Amino acid sequence: MSPCLISSSRIISRRACRHAPSLGVTIVRRPHQTRFINTQPAYPGHIPLNRFENAVLAVGSAVMSLADPRRGDMVAALGETTAGPSLPRLRDIMLDSSEGRKILKDRPKVNSQTVDLRKLAQYPEGTFGRAYITWLERCGVTPDTREPVHYIADPELAYVMQRYRECHDFYHCICSLPVNVESELALKYFEFANLGLPMAALSAAFGHLRLSSKKRNRLFSEYVPWALKCGGSARSLITVYWEERWGQDVEELKAELGIWDPPEAKWSKPLSEAKAAAAKWQQESGPGV
Amino acid sequence: MQTVSRSIRLSARRALPTAVLTRKNHTQNSPQQTQQPEPSIRTTSFGYKTVPEESKESLVKNVFDSVASSYDLMNDASSLGVHRLWKDTFVSGLKPGRKGAVRCIDVAGGTGDIALRILDHARENYADRESSVEVVDINAQMLKEGFRRFKKTMYHNTPQISFHEANAQALPEAQFTDNTYDLYTIAFGIRNCTSIPAVLKEAHRVLKPGGTFACLEFSKVNNPLLSSLYDQYSFSMIPLLGTILAGDRDSYQYLVESIRKFPSQPDFCKMIQEAGFATGEEHDGGAWTDLWGGIACVHKGVKV
Repeated sequence: MSPCLISSSRIISRRACRHAPSLGVTIVRRPHQTRFINTQPAYPGHIPLNRFENAVLAVGSAVMSLADPRRGDMVAALGETTAGPSLPRLRDIMLDSSEGRKILKDRPKVNSQTVDLRKLAQYPEGTFGRAYITWLERCGVTPDTREPVHYIADPELAYVMQRYRECHDFYHCICSLPVNVESELALKYFEFANLGLPMAALSAAFGHLRLSSKKRNRLFSEYVPWALKCGGSARSLITVYWEERWGQDVEELKAELGIWDPPEAKWSKPLSEAKAAAAKWQQESGPGV
Repeated sequence: MQTVSRSIRLSARRALPTAVLTRKNHTQNSPQQTQQPEPSIRTTSFGYKTVPEESKESLVKNVFDSVASSYDLMNDASSLGVHRLWKDTFVSGLKPGRKGAVRCIDVAGGTGDIALRILDHARENYADRESSVEVVDINAQMLKEGFRRFKKTMYHNTPQISFHEANAQALPEAQFTDNTYDLYTIAFGIRNCTSIPAVLKEAHRVLKPGGTFACLEFSKVNNPLLSSLYDQYSFSMIPLLGTILAGDRDSYQYLVESIRKFPSQPDFCKMIQEAGFATGEEHDGGAWTDLWGGIACVHKGVKV
């Protein structure tokens, strides 16, 4: 059964149904057929949740993310369970722009397979592609596979969520922010102002509690004003087809999107992730690259 | 309400034998829609999936490898601590040590919950320090957790406790000789075994004549109201708790499905009798004792 049929059948069933609250089940009456609500997954990896389960997972993942921030799957689950109406809003913003429509049609994915790092390294200095690979090396990260989306019911909205997650590193790059905690928080404020996702607001509201007071002061006095002003006035970054702009000049791109640089950030030693990946593709590409 | 929905489900099943989708399967197809393998391959159930017999063991192994480290935490969270009451009832009903030292084998006893309770019961109630328990489990990770737990007790490095990695369906004859044990316990483990009759046969072999076979397992809840609440809780909350606490939804989905596939109390009682055990009468309070309405159940038999 194709995904769009499933979502439309759910819309029909929601209108034509009677609730059995004690069972948490919606009984659909159609001629010659009576069946329980469809809990078939709408896309690979989809885990359908009802409202109660969604709420429990939202609370549970919030607690778990604070307790153990290394649980990336819990941070992802929190984002998905709290997304609510923000995803249809983002999808509509994408539909309003021609570039966004192209993204929704192509559904590009950003991971180590689809992003050719060797080709990016060959772009001239000053282009977005070169800036991205420089940023990756400077921070020591890779465009690795992020946790796939599980808890969003509509496949298109699930893609929008996935796209947001995968483009996070592009936002880092275009705003010239490293991957330490203050910069991540600054970027969360930026994302909230620009995209309006509740998860960004939650991270922004609670993430700074783990910072030292000096860093928190710097965050709120310098970064947050920049993030809110810049994020609020810039074009919605979810509509940017980053993969088609590798060759574009970075300053021109920033001017087009309406982004200006934040206060200078502290770039620490690169994390170890990228070293291994870089060594691997150096070996594969051989000498002369 | 339950009878209404059950009759709807039954009538739907009659009308559309292949298309009924039960609400319980979140991530898998309904039992009727699983791929039917060739008839020559012997199959068994892995939760609601049908798998070849040979692969069930490794699938279960993967489940328990991944849950081992958070097993006790998840037990407490998903049963809200009630599993402790069930295990206490189970062991105190057996009264180990009352008639002298017992040689006990606790199968699928990885983390050592039952073994510890047996040794403590014998020591506290009958001042018995000669009873011994051999904990047997197919999964090394679970045994490691049990060994770690026993290090915190007074039984560590004594002959009272030992840990062995073995398959309940085929206990090595050299190590587990015939007619050796007074008590064979298996708690919340038998439903994960590929072939229940094989486990019962091995239990019969290693027990002394007059020895007791005792099994604590999740079972059928006959009360319709309790059953529907229990189902709701099992299929909604437990996989979610698995996701949140252990980061592993699939293992806990398997666990709640395997509970539904386990035979009912009378059926399991018959299997125990067929293995050569003498049981009480076939009703609750006889051959088996329901705990919490049948959510858990204690089955006992004596080797003749």
